[in-house]
Amino acid sequence: MTVLPKPTDATTSIPSPGILERMHEWVTSVDHKKLGMMYIFAGIFFFMIGGIEAGIIRYQLAWAANGAVGPEVYNQMFTMHGTTMVFLVGMPVLLGFGNYLIPLMIGARDMAFPRLNAWGFWVFLFGGLLLYFSFIASSGLFGSAGAPDVGWFAYSPLTSRAFNRGNNVDYWILGILISGFGSMATGINLIVTILCLRCKGMSLMRMPIMVWSMLVTGFLVMIAIPVLTAAQVMLLFDRFLGAHFFDPQLEGSALLWQHLFWFFGHPEVYILIIPAFGFISEIMPVFSRKVIFGYTMMVIALVWIAFQSMGVWAHHMFAVGLPPSLNAFFAASTFLIAVPTGIKIFNWIGTIWGGRVIMKTPMLFALGFVGLFVIGGLTGIMLATVPFDWDVSDSYFVVGHFHYVLFGGTLFAIFGAIYFWFPKMSGRMLGERLGKWHFWLLFIGMNLTFGPMHISGILGMPRRIYTYAPDRGLDIWNLLTTVGYMIQVIAILVFTWNLIVSWRKGKRAGDDPWDAWTLEWATTSPPQPWNFHPLPKVKSRRPLWDAKHPEDPDYEYE
Amino acid sequence: MTQEIPKRFDDRTVTRSWWILIVFTILTALVGFLAMGYLGAQIESEDPIVETFTPEGIFVQPDAEWNTSILESRTPEAREIRKLGWLVVFIAAGIFLVVEFLLIFAIFRYRRKAGSDDGSEPVQLYGSNPIELAWTIIPIMIVFVLCLATIRTIQVVQPTKNERPENALTVEVIGHRWWWEFRYPELDVVTANEMFVPKDRPIWLELGSADVIHSFWVPELQGKMDAIPGKTNYWRFTPEEVGTYLGQCAEYCGTQHANMLIRVEVLEEAGFDAWATAQAKAATVARGTEIDKGRVVFLENACQSCHAIAGVSNGTYAPDLTHLMSRATFAGGMIPNTPQNLKAWIDDPEQIKPGCDMPSLKLSPTEIEQLVAYLVTLK
Repeated sequence: MTVLPKPTDATTSIPSPGILERMHEWVTSVDHKKLGMMYIFAGIFFFMIGGIEAGIIRYQLAWAANGAVGPEVYNQMFTMHGTTMVFLVGMPVLLGFGNYLIPLMIGARDMAFPRLNAWGFWVFLFGGLLLYFSFIASSGLFGSAGAPDVGWFAYSPLTSRAFNRGNNVDYWILGILISGFGSMATGINLIVTILCLRCKGMSLMRMPIMVWSMLVTGFLVMIAIPVLTAAQVMLLFDRFLGAHFFDPQLEGSALLWQHLFWFFGHPEVYILIIPAFGFISEIMPVFSRKVIFGYTMMVIALVWIAFQSMGVWAHHMFAVGLPPSLNAFFAASTFLIAVPTGIKIFNWIGTIWGGRVIMKTPMLFALGFVGLFVIGGLTGIMLATVPFDWDVSDSYFVVGHFHYVLFGGTLFAIFGAIYFWFPKMSGRMLGERLGKWHFWLLFIGMNLTFGPMHISGILGMPRRIYTYAPDRGLDIWNLLTTVGYMIQVIAILVFTWNLIVSWRKGKRAGDDPWDAWTLEWATTSPPQPWNFHPLPKVKSRRPLWDAKHPEDPDYEYE
Repeated sequence: MTQEIPKRFDDRTVTRSWWILIVFTILTALVGFLAMGYLGAQIESEDPIVETFTPEGIFVQPDAEWNTSILESRTPEAREIRKLGWLVVFIAAGIFLVVEFLLIFAIFRYRRKAGSDDGSEPVQLYGSNPIELAWTIIPIMIVFVLCLATIRTIQVVQPTKNERPENALTVEVIGHRWWWEFRYPELDVVTANEMFVPKDRPIWLELGSADVIHSFWVPELQGKMDAIPGKTNYWRFTPEEVGTYLGQCAEYCGTQHANMLIRVEVLEEAGFDAWATAQAKAATVARGTEIDKGRVVFLENACQSCHAIAGVSNGTYAPDLTHLMSRATFAGGMIPNTPQNLKAWIDDPEQIKPGCDMPSLKLSPTEIEQLVAYLVTLK
């Protein structure tokens, strides 16, 4: 006969839990902070893998006519690199920060749907693992065995059974489709949390810009991802049930996939950059000791970008032979989206202007973001010029362009955010010295990698070629790119070392190490499971400024 | 007797299940890797192909220089694009300089100076309507100018179906994995990878594809235009200088996307006419023991089901070989067209171009010698 343990007083001292118990706590957790951190760590894990894949790409391209890995492996590497960085690094890390920060920033106890939140994370993680399972499980002819080899946008009819004689495309479809459900769950959760759980006094126009950017991202996720999911289901029908949506031999349309994919794909680009805008809008004011310049315009610009991002998709398709009128329309809409983006850049500079700039690592990354994102934005304008796009689209110029946006932009913002909010998450500061080394190595390596890509593109090097002839003048630029990659690897190693060391014995942070103004700094570091006790009340956009400067509070001006 | 410490969950059960999971995962992974290694070894040991012939000069383009810079425009159409390109480059460079200057200036001007910092906060400036309005309106005006310039150039450069010039030469461009087929419907000529065109006459391209999406890109002559199955795209350029222009496929189309090259030979009107007349003829019928045996090898093996030789075979899947030796390269423009390379290629195409659709027919060295002796007569 078994004896059940007697219920006892909860205050009885419990020995500190072992590693397995702690793991169990993380796995079963529905706490937004734990889930947010798991999102970020899963993202960093996939980032390392995506980085190794980039290394294999650069190894193969370092010299002309290099036979390092050959076409089949090369094609799988660039496909997995792109897919990983977009779906398994960018989205989870950004949504992870949203998860972690939104309830803290709006003064709530948790997300609106904690269990949906946990479900979303695990679905994303296993979707990603399913994609990677293709390396060992997928079989087929030539490159179709192993990982997907159709490019991250998987243009039909290259993905049809006729031209992909294996099942790696099925892994691509199912892995992304499943992790997409996780993103949609998080999107809904963000919208509902932000609209319904704000603390007393926090009207929409008193939310930090970061919260606005997550609200906008939530809506974009809800609009964009279902389109991709639908297209992928259609592709599954084509592959398994003999449908002909994308089969031109039987009245299907090869271009239909491109329209559907890019209708998802362009909002997706903004899903990847708008949260980054949010990070920068939080970091810049704190390290300039000044309120964000033009809050209302910043919010308008965010919403403007979000709406317009749904009307620019065909600028990825200028070379497919759209009628001139459509080309002109999408050129115009793409030019116009530069305007709200420009407003944001100028407002950030306005925030520094007249401030007292403190060059801590988060600020270095934020300033690096602005400087590099401008370059990516301007080459984007050049690519929107349709005839010029006929010259450089699908060349290395484009590869350079979007790496300035997504690496110089999104990734720099992510690193800034990690340095900025790590003290809140762990209770310890990240090392400042190693942080500066990390920044400068990454900044130099990044420019050395992606700068020469523009030149390779202008010299006529198409993207996704696994080899090139020796006498084309491309060698030196590709070698520079590879050298830049190696410098970045050192930067990332420095970062990893910093992360590990600081996590265990970094300097104690205290609740508010940066002397910041938003609500997440009003609670302990790391915050208790219930975040706040009692729930805060706010009167302005910077509740902590009001508390620190009772003689000159914000709410008298807003 | 020690008292049992209560927990939120039963410690031992949890611990046990975690250990089981971890051990199980490691074991599964180990078994998986061992199985993979075993299967991999099976594939490796399977009938290694003995290479009888070795290719020479892979990646060499005979009598041509790789010049694919978009800055060297050799046609009126490409020059139109260049003009617009420089306009947008200058505007972007101007904006770049202004923004980066403001950013760097602000960083250094307003940097907190060690020592002089008294811990007070700077003036909190919430924004400025006139300034924010200015940096909304000015970009809109710049964008408007860019838009007009872009639309104008689109109108000049991009032809629609009905805008075929009267005196144009039509070339049907058909992308295949991984080679190009060029058909001249007015001249009854079919060739592969190397497009011959006359000087000073508009060339009217009708682009299509036999399989997946490709993109036709010869940077010196024109921007790129996709070749899409089930859709015909129209494109135009007017060559002005005699010479050889190189390019390649610019839309990822599978394993050998990198080796799908294009050579455009621009000839004087007379030279082009002579070329077209020669190409329109049926294959040369040369005689000789070896040559006759080679023709038999061609007909009795799978060669003839894919390759056409006018008067001999009708295959359409692979390049037309009627005038094979009039071309400088083969295998998607990847290697120089020499008898030695043809032998190496026929021996085992996979060695030279992994993933390509041409199989190794396992011909004996004698058969290959005979076949190539026949092929080199196809002038």
